[in-house]
Parts: sequence; C-alpha cells; structure tokens
Amino acid sequence: MEVAFILEKLILVVIVFVITLVIAMYSTLAERKIAGFMQDRHGPDRAGIFGLLQPLCDGGKFFFKEEIIPAYAHKTLFVLGPVIAIITACITSAVIPWGQELTIGDRTVSLQVADVNIGVLYVFGVIALGVYGIMLGGWASNNKFALMGAIRAASQSISYEIGMGLSLIALLMVTGTLSVGEIVAQQSGFVNWNIWVQPLGFLIFITCAFAECNRVPFDLPECETELVGGYHTEYSSMKLGLYMFSEYINMFVSSALMASLYFGGYNFPFMYDLGLSSNWITIIGVIVFFLKIFGFIFFFMWIRWTLPRFRYDQLMNLGWKVLIPLAIANIVLTGVFSIIKDTYF
Amino acid sequence: MQSLSNRKRVIEQKPMNIWERIYLPAIVKGLSITIKHFFKKIPTIKYPEQIRPYSKNFRGQHSLKRDEMGRERCTACGLCALSCPAEAITMVAAERKKGEEHLYREEKYAAVYEINMLRCIFCGLCEEACPKEAIYLDGSHVTADYLRKDFIYGKDKLVEPKFDITQLKQENK
Repeated sequence: MEVAFILEKLILVVIVFVITLVIAMYSTLAERKIAGFMQDRHGPDRAGIFGLLQPLCDGGKFFFKEEIIPAYAHKTLFVLGPVIAIITACITSAVIPWGQELTIGDRTVSLQVADVNIGVLYVFGVIALGVYGIMLGGWASNNKFALMGAIRAASQSISYEIGMGLSLIALLMVTGTLSVGEIVAQQSGFVNWNIWVQPLGFLIFITCAFAECNRVPFDLPECETELVGGYHTEYSSMKLGLYMFSEYINMFVSSALMASLYFGGYNFPFMYDLGLSSNWITIIGVIVFFLKIFGFIFFFMWIRWTLPRFRYDQLMNLGWKVLIPLAIANIVLTGVFSIIKDTYF
Repeated sequence: MQSLSNRKRVIEQKPMNIWERIYLPAIVKGLSITIKHFFKKIPTIKYPEQIRPYSKNFRGQHSLKRDEMGRERCTACGLCALSCPAEAITMVAAERKKGEEHLYREEKYAAVYEINMLRCIFCGLCEEACPKEAIYLDGSHVTADYLRKDFIYGKDKLVEPKFDITQLKQENK
C-alpha cells in the first residue's frame, strides 16, 4: 500500500467525519425549525440569521453544564455508554459510497472509504453494536427508569433487526451482492432504482430504520411521559449531548443507507445523456446523493411531528406479527418473480 | 329504558376494516395535514422587532396633564376618586399660595395624588369624570414590580413632564 493511497483515504475519512458531525449538528436545528413550522410557529431564530448559530450555542451549553455521575452508578460503564453510542454511530458511514470516482491528475479517487464486499453485513453488525451504548448507559445509571429504557431499547432493537434483515434479504436476492458500492452502481439512471422492484421491502426497511434510530413513533426507550428521559435520565452535560448526537448521526447514516440501497445513491436521471465529463457527473452525483439524504432526514422529522408514539405491546405486535411475516412474504414473492423473469423473459 | 330527551345515541365501534388496519392511508392523511401546516403563514409577532400597534382607544397608565403654560391642571376636586369603581384613587388637596401661580392652574391643587395600580381596572371613568381635562389614560402598560407598595403611583410618576408648547411637534394633522 502506497502512502498516497493511505493519505487519500485519510482525507476522505476526515471529510466524511466532519460532514457527518456538521449534518448531525444542523439536524438538531432543522428538527426544531420543522417542528416549529408544522405547529405554525417560527423555530429558534434568535441566534444568528434564521437561528443558524443555535447548534453552536447548544453545543457550547452542553460543554459548560455541570457533569453529574450518580453516586451509585457504575462509573466506567456510565462513561463508556455514550462513547460506544457515538463511535458506533460514526463508523457505519465507512461503507457508504458517497459518489463515483473522481479523477485528479492521473489518479482516480474512489469516494467510498471502504468498498468491502460484505458492506451490508458490516452495517448490520455495527447497528447491532449501537444498542450496547444505550444498554450500558441505562444499566450503569442504576436508575429504574433508565433500566426500563435500556430494556425497551434492547428488545425493540432485536425485534426490528430481524424485520430489517429479512427485508434486505429480498433486496440482496435482486442485486446478487452484499457490497453497497456495487448495489449503488447497479442502479444507474432512474428506472433501475431498487425502489421500483422492492417497494414492500423498502416500506419494511424504513419502518425498521425508524425503530432502530429510536425515532418517533418508536421512541419508547426515551419516552418522556412514562420514563422521565428513558436510558439517558441520569445523564447530563456533554454525555447527554453525545447520546443526542449519536441519535442524529444514526438518522443521517440510515438516511444515507436508504438512499443508496433503494433510491439509487448518487445516481440521477439522465446522468450519461447530458454529455458531461465524468468528474462533473461525480460532483453532481454527490450533490444529488446528499439531496436524497436530506429528503429522508426531512421525512424522519415530518413523521416525528405527525404520528403519536406506539404503546409497547403495539410495537411488539407490529414488529413480530406484521413486519416479519410481511418480510418473509416479500422474500417468497421476490423469489417467484425472479424465477418467472429468468425463465420467460 | 326509553330516553326522554331523545338525544341518546349508542355509539357504534365497528371493527376496523382491512383498509383502516393497514394504517398507511391514515398515516398519509396525517402527513398531508402536517405538510399543509408547514407552508402556512405563521401568525407569530416577533415582539422586540415587531410591535403590535395599540388600538386607538387603548387605556394605559394615567398621566396628570399640564396646561399650555406648563401648570398642573388638576384642582383636586375628587370627582375622579368618586367615579372610580375600584376606589384606586386618593388625593390630598392644598391651597395655592402666592407665587405658585406658575405651578398650578387653579387655586386648589392636589398636594398628594395617588393611584393604586393594583386596584385600577383601567375603565377610564376618571378621565370621563374630570372637569378640568387633567387626567388621561394615555400611557403604555403599567409594568411589573416586586412589592405591592411600589404599585401605588404618586405624583412623581403620574404628572407628565414639563414641555415647551412652542417646541411641540405637530404630528397628528
């Protein structure tokens, strides 16, 4: 491995990391703004024009708050909780292809940090780890509300990961590969997007993604009305900030994942018919990809300010009795259709 | 038993049909409602920058008026206190001495004039009762304070500041 390659990947990692954090930061503002607009009010608009400095103020506030570790908490695990939550949230983005190849001089730079051939599995592994942050935090707090939140998070995550995995199996049957880069590359243009062949799969996937991100209507782990603050009841200062942050990063990453798995990633309609050079196609592709991601993030927030929270038994019913059977039916249907397609067309 | 009012209704709770049980149509409906609100005009008035105009007949804090020579108009007749339904106004009258003609318009004046702003209901009967056009409720809001005694406004707060009539801006033409 040459030095230039390592350097190139390092730069890409830093850029992706910074973009992720900035987007997560401004998601907090966007959430409050969107909440405001949907309730016929302005969101925060005092700090800077349109409230643009609000995330910085919030971040600064988090750093200056008093940091409390409860006396009976398990100190190591209590600190480890938010750390794991944020790390797992950040490393998921490694396998997402942000764009095609960029040609600088005589080097071609791939805009994907790591094109591992088991990309989808990697994402699943990391998402499964993500719940450890919440569980450790909730358990280490030594507080019944936090523990309840952690238990809910764990069982919710387990239930919905199954539905998510099954919905992805159908997608993998269509694409025939586990590499996210390849899945995106297959969906060039507009008609090849996976959403057209896997609409049901996408519906299941997005529902499970909401549950995995602990977003409304599946935000039972932090359900304020029942559990005070859920797993982060005892957290204060930047540790609480990290939990919040990891939630928003998760939302960003799962938006990116949905955009790349089902909505063609960086592909946009007529991308090869415009007569642009490949570098321009790549740049426009990156912009289009981010537009899709922002669309999904908006959708996440839109849902949050529309739907009420599920009851816990409803959540379990939906996960086990609706989504999993649907996902299995989807697999069977996909198999039948692909056989029909192979033999008759 | 038969209902006498004829208004009794038995509410039927039908089991949801398949269309309702999918939930997706209901979710789409909800989403369309929220997105409509997203683009609606926001009725908020951003207060420090945008100030909502007062109504023309807004009644605010009282002011004791001066005449064109800067003399206090009030003659301490007590009609305002008498007319006040909340009994918020008290005053102590005094006789004008020689050499005080530039201070008080009439021969009798109010040495102490107090309005309890916690009692006042801003009905405006005092300004209607006043024969000397000495009191008007033309100020802005009475502001909050910490102690009850600070809400008893004396002449120091009520009498309007002296002004030179020749310098007065002619605005409302």
